[in-house]
Amino acid sequence: MADFVQLWVYLSTTPLFGLTATLLVYVLAQTFYGRMGQAAWANPVLWSVVALALGLTLTHTAYPTYFSGAQFIHFLLGPAVVALAWPLWLRRGALRAHWRKFAIASLAGGAAAAVSATGLAWALDLPHDVLLSLAPKSVTAPVAMGVAEKLGGIPALAAVFAVVTGMVGALSGKYLFDALGIGKDSTGWMARGFALGTAAHGIGAARAMQVNADAGAWAALALGLQVVFASVLIPLVARML
Amino acid sequence: MQALRGITWLLLLQSIGEVISRGLHLPLPGPVVGMLLLLFALRWPLVSHSVQAVAEFLLQHLSLLFVPVGVGVMTHLDTLGHYGLRLAVIIVLSTWVSLGVTAWVLRALMRGDSGAGSHHG
Repeated sequence: MADFVQLWVYLSTTPLFGLTATLLVYVLAQTFYGRMGQAAWANPVLWSVVALALGLTLTHTAYPTYFSGAQFIHFLLGPAVVALAWPLWLRRGALRAHWRKFAIASLAGGAAAAVSATGLAWALDLPHDVLLSLAPKSVTAPVAMGVAEKLGGIPALAAVFAVVTGMVGALSGKYLFDALGIGKDSTGWMARGFALGTAAHGIGAARAMQVNADAGAWAALALGLQVVFASVLIPLVARML
Repeated sequence: MQALRGITWLLLLQSIGEVISRGLHLPLPGPVVGMLLLLFALRWPLVSHSVQAVAEFLLQHLSLLFVPVGVGVMTHLDTLGHYGLRLAVIIVLSTWVSLGVTAWVLRALMRGDSGAGSHHG
């Protein structure tokens, strides 16, 4: 038993632990998601986060210890943002033909997210730094952190809000679109995918890709546009206010 | 080999993006500048062939990349506990507002243009 404890103490402090645990839990969550017929509530990000956070709490493992391994996965968010150029490139024909419409929809959706979040935070009397951390919540986590930092918010909190936003979008998007009467024809899938990429960034886009390939491509396009608009416009608007 | 070249391109463009973003004090983060650079560079087959495999792999497993940050929720449980209910209301409502507005605006714009669905690709 003492040997086992020693072994655990050793293993839990090497980067190997955080990396392996993240991949293992995610692969299991992904399998579960598949078994459940990709039901929205079985979202693999949600359950991976819950399982890992519970596991770390139960084993008294500090988050920084876990992150020393998980950072290798986290790091890939940067190259993944660069890689968003690929779906944009594949859709360059549609982008050229309809760029005004995409730009308007992206700006409208991004403004709706930032204005409603900060407006509600102000109305509900949240502290200023928490309010500022909510502004970039619909932008993908690494970019949201950068934007929050520029605004004077709390980057780590902004990342958490972004991830929760992504999960809310991925979990409830389908029901919202059904309720709003957004159909499942080609324009409907375009609107659904584009909205998920705009309002719920990478997690919403991942959900869209799993549900419908076409919706996924529009989601990736929306994600790329949102990243560009939000990182330029949110700090600019904040400075003018 | 293509995959290795692909990830090298992504990292190289991200690095150049960081240099440009910081050097010129741009509001765009380095990876976003890298994305715009890649969008221009993809017209060369040399770049697009090698980037394709890696980009598709990365984007297919995009949701995995959010797990480490997501687990970070546990370090903010006090803030989240204190303002939890209000934060939940704000995040859920504003996400729905944004999803609805985006989908509705795009559909309305596309419908205004006859035969919008045929422009795919």
